[in-house]
Amino acid sequence: MKYFRLIWANLLRAKRRTFLTVFSIAIALFLFCTLRTVITSFEASLRASEATRLVVRHGASLVFPLPLAYRERLVQVPGVNGVSYGNWFGGFYQDPKNQFAQFAMDVPTMFDLFPELVMPADQVQAFRSERTAAIIGKALAKKYGWKLGDQVPIIGTIFPGEWRFVVRGIYEGKTKDVDENTLFFHWDYLNESLPEGRKNQVGIYWIRVASPDLAADVSRRVDAMFENSPQPTKTETEKAFQAGFISMIGNIQLLLTIIGSAIVFAIMLVTVNTMMMAARERTTEIAVLKTLGYSDGLILRLVAGEALLVSLLGGLLGCGLAALVFHESDFTASGFFPNFRVLPETIVAGLLLAVLMGILSGIVPAVTAARLEVASALRKVA
Amino acid sequence: MESRNGNLVELRNVHKVYFRDRIEVPVLQGIDLTIREGEFVALMGPSGSGKSTLLNLIAGIDSPTDGEVRVAGESLGTLKPGKLAAWRARHIGFIFQLYNLIPVLTAYQNVELPLLLTKLSAKERKKRVLKVLGLVGLEARAKHFPRQLSGGEEQRVAIARAIVADPTLLVADEPTGDLDAKNAAEILTLLQRLHAELEKTILMVTHDPHAAERAEKTLHLDKGVLQP
Repeated sequence: MKYFRLIWANLLRAKRRTFLTVFSIAIALFLFCTLRTVITSFEASLRASEATRLVVRHGASLVFPLPLAYRERLVQVPGVNGVSYGNWFGGFYQDPKNQFAQFAMDVPTMFDLFPELVMPADQVQAFRSERTAAIIGKALAKKYGWKLGDQVPIIGTIFPGEWRFVVRGIYEGKTKDVDENTLFFHWDYLNESLPEGRKNQVGIYWIRVASPDLAADVSRRVDAMFENSPQPTKTETEKAFQAGFISMIGNIQLLLTIIGSAIVFAIMLVTVNTMMMAARERTTEIAVLKTLGYSDGLILRLVAGEALLVSLLGGLLGCGLAALVFHESDFTASGFFPNFRVLPETIVAGLLLAVLMGILSGIVPAVTAARLEVASALRKVA
Repeated sequence: MESRNGNLVELRNVHKVYFRDRIEVPVLQGIDLTIREGEFVALMGPSGSGKSTLLNLIAGIDSPTDGEVRVAGESLGTLKPGKLAAWRARHIGFIFQLYNLIPVLTAYQNVELPLLLTKLSAKERKKRVLKVLGLVGLEARAKHFPRQLSGGEEQRVAIARAIVADPTLLVADEPTGDLDAKNAAEILTLLQRLHAELEKTILMVTHDPHAAERAEKTLHLDKGVLQP
């Protein structure tokens, strides 16, 4: 600790250079935390999936609807003990920038299929009994300041027009992985407002099976049942559905990992160069310290300590900024990333990466300084 | 004291050869030298005569090509780098021509540097730093950075740094070479005081005959050979 002042004084020697180095590391670590959070938010949505819940959608694509009449046939499939359905609404609040997920749901069955949405009984009742009622997640309520009884106008894009909902319930997730940024309203309200040609069509059916072991068998049965109909189905577990949904935008995890690694590697090279310059400029001073009796090992630790301190400062700044930005903004990217928040393990990983960057960027200048021959270094000056 | 027979520095048949572009350049040729404890010795000679090289060998920051360098009872050639560094910290106080203070540290912090290598507490370090700064007349300048000091003051801080750990031997490489006459005289007076009052053994390399007159004994080196 008694050498900290020496390390700190050396860092402040070229304040602008130190600031720029810390700042560039901070940017790299901020991006790392952001990209990592994209991955963890995907993983969170997978974790929130119920193993006994299956998703039934159109066999060709998610954008094609299924007939409402399928519901009666799904209920009769052996092993199925619950069916609900809904439509992705795809609207925004006041401005296209204010996007979040909205679903028109079959309210009588939705709480049976989605027990992870926790809400007081009176609010459930109020929601059920009013056709224009909606429930919203706690995070969404906080973001827009909505309270029970508020009228919320949503501009539809898939279903054009202004749709007005009354907030009758605010739900919380049973676990932290459950998305609290969604608005649910009555499927009947949507259906009755549609022109005749678009009525009685369902985007997704959710079916519950008695045990996870039945999932594969029930999926096969359902798809076989509609195989030769005009609207064939594709049935899979909710987890597989989420994973498939994510995979529609490619191998996002690999892509993000490559981008993140490239950024960190590029910044590390810049840091190595900076630290080497900083050490080279101080050749005489290092020789003087050695003359005073500072050992090679101590010189190595002092120079490496500088690199480590710079990286750690950058890491703290970058990771801290990411945690702050994505906590305060309730960023959801139009509802695409529910639960987009920087996890503590992401911060820890970011700081460990900063330490690794510090060690790797400091090792060359530190070893060079430690190997410096005092007499020849002093001779060059004299 | 670890020296033998009162001899603090003993060099026996010391040779030093440098290689420049693969060409052998002999710098020191068969040096035999003894400096007794408490002596103040001036080492004179023309440029390139090997004065600084000889000083570096005695200070343990360079090694001879051949021969033995024994200082404070230790044969320096037998010490590994880590032990040699610890030996330097314990026995050598080095004063440079260009002061070589660390520019980002205050006078106080510069003087404290050798003490960081000891087990002294922060309080004890402070006491010793302020004491030696007082000795060189710079207690009031403790918080000043080198750029805020004159050349003479910088050299006095460097001397304070050299003596703060109470080394066995003070080596000074042209300590007045970068100073005007007035400041040079003050530095030489200070070195004389250290020798007289604190009984420091001092080896000083200089070009200046007036500076050499302040020493008890003057050695002459020419073309790598000590003159009789």
